Amino acid sequence: MIQTNLTHLTSEEKFNQTLKENENVMVCCGRMGPMCIPVYESMEELEPAYKHIKFADMEFDSPTGNVIRSLPETKNFNGLPFTVYFKNGKVVKATSSIQSMDQITKILDSNFAK
Amino acid sequence: MNDNHYDVIVIGAGPAGLTAGIYLARGKMKTLILNEGTVGGQMVLTHEIANYPGIEKISGFQLARTIKAQALSFGCTIKSNIRITKLEFEKSIKSVEVNGKDTYTGDAIILATGGKSRTLNVPGEEEFKGKGVSYCATCDGDFFQDKNIIVVGGGNSAFEEAVSLTKYAKSVTIVHQFDHFQAFPHAIVEAKNNPKIRFLMESKITEFNGTEKLAMVQIQHQMTKEITTMAVEGVFVLIGYEPSTQKLRGIVALNERNEIIVDQQLQTNIAGVYAAGDSITKRYRQITTAVADGTIAALSAMDYINNRNVKSATQPSQTNILLQHSELSPVIENYQLVNYLH
Repeated sequence: MIQTNLTHLTSEEKFNQTLKENENVMVCCGRMGPMCIPVYESMEELEPAYKHIKFADMEFDSPTGNVIRSLPETKNFNGLPFTVYFKNGKVVKATSSIQSMDQITKILDSNFAK
Repeated sequence: MNDNHYDVIVIGAGPAGLTAGIYLARGKMKTLILNEGTVGGQMVLTHEIANYPGIEKISGFQLARTIKAQALSFGCTIKSNIRITKLEFEKSIKSVEVNGKDTYTGDAIILATGGKSRTLNVPGEEEFKGKGVSYCATCDGDFFQDKNIIVVGGGNSAFEEAVSLTKYAKSVTIVHQFDHFQAFPHAIVEAKNNPKIRFLMESKITEFNGTEKLAMVQIQHQMTKEITTMAVEGVFVLIGYEPSTQKLRGIVALNERNEIIVDQQLQTNIAGVYAAGDSITKRYRQITTAVADGTIAALSAMDYINNRNVKSATQPSQTNILLQHSELSPVIENYQLVNYLH
Protein backbone atom coordinates (compact mmCIF):
# COMPACT_ATOMS: atom_id res chain seq x y z
CA MET A 1 0.00 0.00 0.00
CA ILE A 2 1.37 3.41 -0.94
CA GLN A 3 1.24 5.58 2.18
CA THR A 4 0.40 8.99 0.77
CA ASN A 5 -2.52 11.39 0.89
CA LEU A 6 -2.91 11.13 -2.89
CA THR A 7 -5.68 9.26 -4.69
CA HIS A 8 -4.67 5.59 -4.88
CA LEU A 9 -5.39 3.89 -8.20
CA THR A 10 -5.88 0.34 -6.99
CA SER A 11 -7.55 -1.20 -10.02
CA GLU A 12 -7.47 -0.86 -13.78
CA GLU A 13 -11.13 0.13 -13.66
CA LYS A 14 -10.37 3.00 -11.26
CA PHE A 15 -7.44 4.08 -13.44
CA ASN A 16 -9.63 4.18 -16.57
CA GLN A 17 -12.39 5.99 -14.70
CA THR A 18 -9.90 8.60 -13.43
CA LEU A 19 -8.63 9.26 -16.96
CA LYS A 20 -12.20 9.51 -18.23
CA GLU A 21 -13.36 11.93 -15.53
CA ASN A 22 -10.30 14.21 -15.51
CA GLU A 23 -8.78 16.14 -18.38
CA ASN A 24 -5.33 16.36 -16.68
CA VAL A 25 -3.92 13.46 -14.69
CA MET A 26 -0.51 12.82 -13.15
CA VAL A 27 0.13 9.23 -12.03
CA CYS A 28 3.21 8.24 -10.05
CA CYS A 29 3.70 4.48 -10.20
CA GLY A 30 6.26 3.30 -7.67
CA ARG A 31 7.02 1.81 -4.28
CA MET A 32 7.61 3.37 -0.88
CA GLY A 33 11.27 3.79 -1.80
CA PRO A 34 13.84 6.57 -1.69
CA MET A 35 13.45 7.63 -5.30
CA CYS A 36 9.64 7.51 -5.21
CA ILE A 37 8.84 9.25 -1.91
CA PRO A 38 10.19 12.67 -2.98
CA VAL A 39 7.91 12.57 -6.04
CA TYR A 40 4.85 11.71 -3.91
CA GLU A 41 5.78 14.52 -1.51
CA SER A 42 6.04 17.01 -4.36
CA MET A 43 2.65 15.89 -5.69
CA GLU A 44 1.06 16.36 -2.27
CA GLU A 45 2.58 19.84 -2.04
CA LEU A 46 1.42 20.80 -5.52
CA GLU A 47 -2.11 19.37 -5.30
CA PRO A 48 -3.76 22.38 -3.60
CA ALA A 49 -2.32 24.84 -6.14
CA TYR A 50 -3.11 22.72 -9.22
CA LYS A 51 -6.78 21.97 -8.76
CA HIS A 52 -7.23 21.37 -12.50
CA ILE A 53 -4.97 18.32 -12.26
CA LYS A 54 -5.77 14.96 -10.67
CA PHE A 55 -2.79 13.63 -8.72
CA ALA A 56 -2.69 9.88 -8.14
CA ASP A 57 -0.33 7.10 -7.17
CA MET A 58 -0.21 3.43 -8.09
CA GLU A 59 1.69 0.44 -6.72
CA PHE A 60 4.33 -0.60 -9.22
CA ASP A 61 4.27 -4.25 -8.20
CA SER A 62 0.49 -4.64 -8.19
CA PRO A 63 -1.35 -6.12 -11.19
CA THR A 64 -2.78 -2.63 -11.80
CA GLY A 65 0.78 -1.31 -12.23
CA ASN A 66 0.84 -3.14 -15.54
CA VAL A 67 -1.21 -0.33 -17.14
CA ILE A 68 1.78 1.96 -16.60
CA ARG A 69 4.54 -0.64 -17.04
CA SER A 70 3.17 -1.70 -20.43
CA LEU A 71 2.89 1.77 -21.95
CA PRO A 72 5.14 2.34 -25.00
CA GLU A 73 6.32 5.56 -23.34
CA THR A 74 7.82 3.60 -20.41
CA LYS A 75 9.38 0.71 -22.33
CA ASN A 76 12.92 2.04 -21.90
CA PHE A 77 12.49 2.95 -18.26
CA ASN A 78 14.47 1.15 -15.59
CA GLY A 79 14.34 3.51 -12.65
CA LEU A 80 11.50 3.93 -10.19
CA PRO A 81 9.11 5.66 -10.08
CA PHE A 82 7.49 5.72 -13.50
CA THR A 83 5.60 9.02 -13.61
CA VAL A 84 3.13 9.52 -16.43
CA TYR A 85 1.16 12.64 -17.35
CA PHE A 86 -2.15 12.21 -19.22
CA LYS A 87 -4.22 14.81 -21.07
CA ASN A 88 -7.65 13.69 -22.27
CA GLY A 89 -6.56 10.11 -21.68
CA LYS A 90 -3.42 10.39 -23.82
CA VAL A 91 0.16 10.33 -22.53
CA VAL A 92 1.79 13.75 -22.94
CA LYS A 93 4.93 13.14 -20.86
CA ALA A 94 6.58 10.32 -18.93
CA THR A 95 9.63 10.36 -16.65
CA SER A 96 11.70 7.69 -14.93
CA SER A 97 13.38 7.88 -11.49
CA ILE A 98 13.36 10.74 -9.00
CA GLN A 99 12.28 14.19 -10.15
CA SER A 100 12.61 17.44 -8.23
CA MET A 101 9.73 19.78 -7.45
CA ASP A 102 11.11 22.19 -10.06
CA GLN A 103 11.21 19.49 -12.74
CA ILE A 104 7.64 18.38 -11.97
CA THR A 105 6.35 21.96 -11.87
CA LYS A 106 7.87 22.67 -15.29
CA ILE A 107 6.16 19.60 -16.77
CA LEU A 108 2.80 20.51 -15.23
CA ASP A 109 3.03 24.11 -16.41
CA SER A 110 4.02 23.22 -19.95
CA ASN A 111 1.49 20.43 -20.47
CA PHE A 112 -1.49 21.39 -18.31
CA ALA A 113 -2.09 25.12 -18.79
CA LYS A 114 -4.61 26.55 -16.34
CA MET B 1 7.60 43.30 12.94
CA ASN B 2 5.77 42.06 9.86
CA ASP B 3 4.15 38.68 9.25
CA ASN B 4 7.30 37.44 7.52
CA HIS B 5 9.39 37.97 10.65
CA TYR B 6 10.11 34.94 12.84
CA ASP B 7 12.03 34.44 16.05
CA VAL B 8 13.95 31.61 14.42
CA ILE B 9 14.19 30.40 10.84
CA VAL B 10 15.33 26.80 10.46
CA ILE B 11 16.73 25.89 7.05
CA GLY B 12 16.23 22.21 6.39
CA ALA B 13 13.55 19.72 7.45
CA GLY B 14 15.43 16.52 8.13
CA PRO B 15 15.55 15.06 11.65
CA ALA B 16 17.77 17.94 12.90
CA GLY B 17 15.63 20.73 11.46
CA LEU B 18 12.30 19.19 12.48
CA THR B 19 13.55 18.51 16.02
CA ALA B 20 14.76 22.08 16.30
CA GLY B 21 11.31 23.14 15.14
CA ILE B 22 9.63 21.06 17.85
CA TYR B 23 11.76 22.55 20.63
CA LEU B 24 11.49 26.11 19.35
CA ALA B 25 7.73 26.08 18.76
CA ARG B 26 7.14 24.37 22.09
CA GLY B 27 9.27 27.12 23.64
CA LYS B 28 6.81 29.66 22.18
CA MET B 29 9.23 30.86 19.54
CA LYS B 30 7.63 31.89 16.25
CA THR B 31 9.35 29.36 14.03
CA LEU B 32 9.61 28.90 10.29
CA ILE B 33 11.16 25.82 8.69
CA LEU B 34 12.25 26.28 5.09
CA ASN B 35 13.12 23.16 3.14
CA GLU B 36 14.41 22.85 -0.41
CA GLY B 37 13.59 19.18 -0.83
CA THR B 38 11.42 16.52 0.72
CA VAL B 39 10.48 16.83 4.40
CA GLY B 40 12.45 14.23 6.32
CA GLY B 41 15.67 14.59 4.35
CA GLN B 42 17.76 11.46 4.04
CA MET B 43 15.67 9.83 6.77
CA VAL B 44 12.97 9.07 4.19
CA LEU B 45 15.54 7.18 2.14
CA THR B 46 15.81 4.56 4.88
CA HIS B 47 13.56 1.58 4.34
CA GLU B 48 13.57 0.44 7.95
CA ILE B 49 14.89 2.11 11.09
CA ALA B 50 15.48 -0.30 13.97
CA ASN B 51 17.86 1.71 16.17
CA TYR B 52 15.73 4.74 17.07
CA PRO B 53 15.17 4.47 20.83
CA GLY B 54 11.60 3.82 21.86
CA ILE B 55 10.47 2.56 18.48
CA GLU B 56 11.21 -1.06 17.63
CA LYS B 57 10.88 -0.70 13.86
CA ILE B 58 9.61 2.08 11.64
CA SER B 59 10.13 3.20 8.06
CA GLY B 60 12.05 6.43 7.52
CA PHE B 61 9.01 7.84 5.75
CA GLN B 62 6.72 7.15 8.70
CA LEU B 63 9.19 8.56 11.23
CA ALA B 64 9.58 11.72 9.14
CA ARG B 65 5.80 12.12 8.90
CA THR B 66 5.43 11.70 12.65
CA ILE B 67 8.16 14.23 13.52
CA LYS B 68 6.70 16.67 10.99
CA ALA B 69 3.23 16.28 12.52
CA GLN B 70 4.73 16.92 15.98
CA ALA B 71 6.44 20.11 14.77
CA LEU B 72 3.22 21.34 13.12
CA SER B 73 1.18 20.53 16.24
CA PHE B 74 3.35 22.88 18.30
CA GLY B 75 2.81 25.71 15.82
CA CYS B 76 5.76 25.51 13.44
CA THR B 77 5.27 26.82 9.95
CA ILE B 78 6.86 24.54 7.35
CA LYS B 79 7.43 25.56 3.74
CA SER B 80 8.96 22.72 1.75
CA ASN B 81 10.09 22.24 -1.83
CA ILE B 82 11.12 25.89 -1.95
CA ARG B 83 14.30 27.34 -3.46
CA ILE B 84 16.54 29.52 -1.30
CA THR B 85 17.89 32.32 -3.44
CA LYS B 86 19.63 34.67 -1.01
CA LEU B 87 20.99 34.57 2.55
CA GLU B 88 22.05 37.58 4.62
CA PHE B 89 23.27 36.83 8.13
CA GLU B 90 25.64 39.72 8.98
CA LYS B 91 23.09 42.01 10.67
CA SER B 92 21.26 41.26 13.91
CA ILE B 93 18.09 40.60 11.88
CA LYS B 94 18.91 37.80 9.44
CA SER B 95 17.10 37.44 6.12
CA VAL B 96 16.36 34.55 3.79
CA GLU B 97 15.01 35.09 0.29
CA VAL B 98 12.92 32.29 -1.19
CA ASN B 99 12.13 31.60 -4.83
CA GLY B 100 13.65 34.97 -5.78
CA LYS B 101 10.68 36.90 -4.42
CA ASP B 102 9.65 36.26 -0.80
CA THR B 103 11.90 37.44 2.01
CA TYR B 104 11.66 36.09 5.55
CA THR B 105 13.54 37.57 8.49
CA GLY B 106 14.58 36.03 11.78
CA ASP B 107 16.38 36.92 15.01
CA ALA B 108 18.26 33.64 14.80
CA ILE B 109 18.93 31.02 12.16
CA ILE B 110 19.49 27.28 12.41
CA LEU B 111 21.15 25.67 9.41
CA ALA B 112 20.12 22.03 9.11
CA THR B 113 20.71 21.56 5.40
CA GLY B 114 21.80 17.92 5.68
CA GLY B 115 23.57 15.99 2.99
CA LYS B 116 22.88 14.57 -0.44
CA SER B 117 24.10 11.74 -2.65
CA ARG B 118 27.16 12.58 -4.65
CA THR B 119 26.79 12.43 -8.42
CA LEU B 120 29.54 12.02 -10.99
CA ASN B 121 28.66 15.24 -12.84
CA VAL B 122 29.73 13.91 -16.22
CA PRO B 123 28.02 14.20 -19.62
CA GLY B 124 24.97 11.95 -20.05
CA GLU B 125 24.45 11.28 -16.33
CA GLU B 126 21.25 13.35 -16.04
CA GLU B 127 20.01 12.28 -19.50
CA PHE B 128 20.18 8.57 -18.64
CA LYS B 129 18.94 8.85 -15.05
CA GLY B 130 16.20 6.23 -14.79
CA LYS B 131 17.23 4.82 -18.17
CA GLY B 132 20.33 3.01 -16.95
CA VAL B 133 21.83 5.38 -14.40
CA SER B 134 20.61 4.75 -10.85
CA TYR B 135 21.47 5.81 -7.32
CA CYS B 136 19.46 3.14 -5.51
CA ALA B 137 20.21 -0.56 -5.91
CA THR B 138 17.27 -1.72 -3.81
CA CYS B 139 14.88 0.38 -5.94
CA ASP B 140 16.11 -0.47 -9.41
CA GLY B 141 18.16 -3.67 -9.11
CA ASP B 142 15.44 -5.92 -10.51
CA PHE B 143 15.39 -4.01 -13.80
CA PHE B 144 18.82 -5.44 -14.58
CA GLN B 145 18.10 -9.14 -14.66
CA ASP B 146 20.95 -10.89 -16.59
CA LYS B 147 22.51 -7.57 -17.62
CA ASN B 148 26.08 -6.37 -17.34
CA ILE B 149 26.24 -3.51 -14.89
CA ILE B 150 28.72 -1.23 -13.15
CA VAL B 151 28.81 -0.04 -9.54
CA VAL B 152 30.82 3.14 -9.04
CA GLY B 153 32.42 3.55 -5.61
CA GLY B 154 34.78 2.02 -3.08
CA GLY B 155 32.93 2.43 0.21
CA ASN B 156 30.64 0.17 2.21
CA SER B 157 27.49 1.16 0.28
CA ALA B 158 29.11 0.34 -3.05
CA PHE B 159 30.32 -3.06 -1.85
CA GLU B 160 27.10 -4.07 -0.09
CA GLU B 161 25.00 -3.04 -3.08
CA ALA B 162 27.36 -4.69 -5.59
CA VAL B 163 26.97 -8.02 -3.78
CA SER B 164 23.20 -7.52 -3.57
CA LEU B 165 23.00 -6.70 -7.30
CA THR B 166 24.60 -10.03 -8.23
CA LYS B 167 21.18 -11.58 -7.42
CA TYR B 168 19.95 -10.00 -10.66
CA ALA B 169 22.88 -9.04 -12.87
CA LYS B 170 24.97 -11.26 -15.13
CA SER B 171 28.11 -9.36 -14.07
CA VAL B 172 28.96 -6.45 -11.80
CA THR B 173 32.07 -4.34 -12.37
CA ILE B 174 33.12 -2.14 -9.47
CA VAL B 175 34.77 0.99 -10.88
CA HIS B 176 36.81 2.90 -8.33
CA GLN B 177 39.00 5.96 -8.72
CA PHE B 178 41.72 4.92 -6.25
CA ASP B 179 44.04 1.88 -5.97
CA HIS B 180 42.49 0.88 -2.62
CA PHE B 181 38.99 0.69 -1.13
CA GLN B 182 37.45 2.48 1.86
CA ALA B 183 34.96 -0.30 2.63
CA PHE B 184 35.26 -2.58 5.67
CA PRO B 185 37.61 -5.56 5.07
CA HIS B 186 34.79 -8.13 5.45
CA ALA B 187 32.75 -6.35 2.76
CA ILE B 188 35.75 -6.35 0.41
CA VAL B 189 36.39 -10.07 1.04
CA GLU B 190 32.72 -10.90 0.35
CA ALA B 191 32.81 -9.02 -2.95
CA LYS B 192 36.14 -10.51 -3.99
CA ASN B 193 34.79 -14.01 -3.33
CA ASN B 194 31.76 -13.40 -5.53
CA PRO B 195 32.43 -14.84 -9.02
CA LYS B 196 30.13 -12.29 -10.68
CA ILE B 197 32.11 -9.28 -9.42
CA ARG B 198 35.23 -7.86 -11.03
CA PHE B 199 37.17 -4.69 -10.29
CA LEU B 200 38.44 -1.77 -12.32
CA MET B 201 40.79 0.27 -10.17
CA GLU B 202 42.11 3.82 -10.60
CA SER B 203 39.40 4.48 -13.15
CA LYS B 204 36.60 6.99 -13.57
CA ILE B 205 33.53 7.11 -15.81
CA THR B 206 33.83 10.20 -17.97
CA GLU B 207 30.71 9.90 -20.17
CA PHE B 208 27.42 7.99 -20.49
CA ASN B 209 26.23 7.15 -24.01
CA GLY B 210 23.23 5.56 -25.67
CA THR B 211 20.17 6.39 -27.71
CA GLU B 212 16.90 5.77 -25.88
CA LYS B 213 18.63 4.16 -22.92
CA LEU B 214 22.14 3.67 -21.60
CA ALA B 215 24.27 1.44 -23.82
CA MET B 216 27.88 2.24 -22.98
CA VAL B 217 30.23 4.30 -20.86
CA GLN B 218 33.63 5.82 -21.38
CA ILE B 219 36.12 5.02 -18.65
CA GLN B 220 39.41 6.81 -18.11
CA HIS B 221 42.35 5.25 -16.26
CA GLN B 222 43.61 7.81 -13.76
CA MET B 223 47.32 7.05 -14.20
CA THR B 224 47.67 6.36 -17.94
CA LYS B 225 44.76 8.69 -18.96
CA GLU B 226 43.78 6.01 -21.47
CA ILE B 227 40.05 6.05 -22.32
CA THR B 228 38.19 2.80 -23.00
CA THR B 229 34.57 2.13 -23.90
CA MET B 230 32.52 -0.47 -22.06
CA ALA B 231 29.12 -1.78 -23.17
CA VAL B 232 26.85 -1.69 -20.14
CA GLU B 233 23.12 -1.33 -19.51
CA GLY B 234 23.17 -0.16 -15.93
CA VAL B 235 25.39 1.99 -13.74
CA PHE B 236 24.79 2.41 -10.02
CA VAL B 237 26.50 5.48 -8.64
CA LEU B 238 27.20 4.88 -4.95
CA ILE B 239 29.95 7.34 -4.05
CA GLY B 240 28.66 8.55 -0.73
CA TYR B 241 27.17 11.76 0.54
CA GLU B 242 28.31 15.34 0.74
CA PRO B 243 27.04 18.15 2.95
CA SER B 244 24.49 20.41 1.27
CA THR B 245 26.37 23.61 2.00
CA GLN B 246 27.03 25.05 -1.47
CA LYS B 247 24.76 28.04 -0.79
CA LEU B 248 26.54 28.73 2.50
CA ARG B 249 30.00 29.22 0.98
CA GLY B 250 31.31 32.66 1.88
CA ILE B 251 28.44 33.15 4.34
CA VAL B 252 29.44 30.90 7.26
CA ALA B 253 32.79 29.24 7.92
CA LEU B 254 33.16 25.79 6.34
CA ASN B 255 36.01 23.31 6.69
CA GLU B 256 37.92 21.64 3.84
CA ARG B 257 35.13 19.03 3.49
CA ASN B 258 32.53 21.82 3.15
CA GLU B 259 31.07 21.00 6.57
CA ILE B 260 29.85 23.88 8.74
CA ILE B 261 32.22 24.67 11.59
CA VAL B 262 30.40 24.97 14.94
CA ASP B 263 31.24 25.33 18.62
CA GLN B 264 29.84 23.27 21.51
CA GLN B 265 26.58 25.23 21.46
CA LEU B 266 26.45 24.54 17.71
CA GLN B 267 26.91 28.21 16.92
CA THR B 268 28.69 29.01 13.65
CA ASN B 269 31.20 31.84 13.28
CA ILE B 270 28.25 34.27 13.13
CA ALA B 271 26.38 35.27 16.31
CA GLY B 272 22.81 34.03 16.20
CA VAL B 273 23.45 31.52 13.42
CA TYR B 274 23.53 27.88 14.52
CA ALA B 275 23.91 24.62 12.61
CA ALA B 276 22.81 21.04 13.23
CA GLY B 277 22.72 17.60 11.63
CA ASP B 278 24.68 16.06 8.80
CA SER B 279 25.97 19.37 7.41
CA ILE B 280 28.15 20.17 10.45
CA THR B 281 31.63 18.96 11.17
CA LYS B 282 31.34 15.71 13.14
CA ARG B 283 32.21 12.05 12.92
CA TYR B 284 28.97 10.13 13.40
CA ARG B 285 25.96 10.84 11.21
CA GLN B 286 22.86 9.10 12.51
CA ILE B 287 19.22 10.09 12.93
CA THR B 288 19.77 10.07 16.68
CA THR B 289 22.79 12.40 16.46
CA ALA B 290 20.87 14.73 14.14
CA VAL B 291 17.99 14.83 16.62
CA ALA B 292 20.44 15.66 19.41
CA ASP B 293 22.01 18.42 17.31
CA GLY B 294 18.58 19.87 16.54
CA THR B 295 17.80 19.98 20.26
CA ILE B 296 21.08 21.69 21.17
CA ALA B 297 20.82 24.22 18.33
CA ALA B 298 17.23 25.10 19.28
CA LEU B 299 18.07 25.58 22.96
CA SER B 300 21.14 27.62 22.04
CA ALA B 301 19.10 29.81 19.69
CA MET B 302 16.48 30.36 22.40
CA ASP B 303 19.24 31.32 24.84
CA TYR B 304 20.63 33.75 22.30
CA ILE B 305 17.26 35.40 21.73
CA ASN B 306 16.30 35.50 25.40
CA ASN B 307 19.68 36.93 26.30
CA ARG B 308 19.32 39.65 23.68
CA ASN B 309 15.83 40.48 24.90
CA VAL B 310 17.04 40.59 28.47
CA LYS B 311 19.91 42.89 27.60
CA SER B 312 17.61 45.30 25.78
CA ALA B 313 15.09 45.29 28.64
CA THR B 314 17.54 45.37 31.53
CA GLN B 315 17.21 48.30 33.97
CA PRO B 316 20.28 49.63 35.84
CA SER B 317 19.41 47.76 39.04
CA GLN B 318 19.19 44.50 37.11
CA THR B 319 22.49 45.21 35.43
CA ASN B 320 24.00 45.21 38.90
CA ILE B 321 22.65 41.71 39.45
CA LEU B 322 24.21 40.63 36.17
CA LEU B 323 27.54 42.04 37.28
CA GLN B 324 27.35 40.19 40.58
CA HIS B 325 27.08 36.92 38.63
CA SER B 326 29.91 37.72 36.28
CA GLU B 327 31.98 34.83 37.56
CA LEU B 328 29.37 32.32 36.35
CA SER B 329 29.53 30.68 32.96
CA PRO B 330 27.58 32.63 30.32
CA VAL B 331 24.91 29.93 29.94
CA ILE B 332 24.19 29.68 33.68
CA GLU B 333 24.22 33.44 33.93
CA ASN B 334 21.67 33.73 31.14
CA TYR B 335 19.31 31.23 32.72
CA GLN B 336 19.49 32.99 36.11
CA LEU B 337 18.84 36.37 34.61
CA VAL B 338 15.96 35.16 32.48
CA ASN B 339 14.39 33.44 35.45
CA TYR B 340 14.77 36.57 37.56
CA LEU B 341 13.07 38.77 34.96
CA HIS B 342 10.22 36.34 34.41
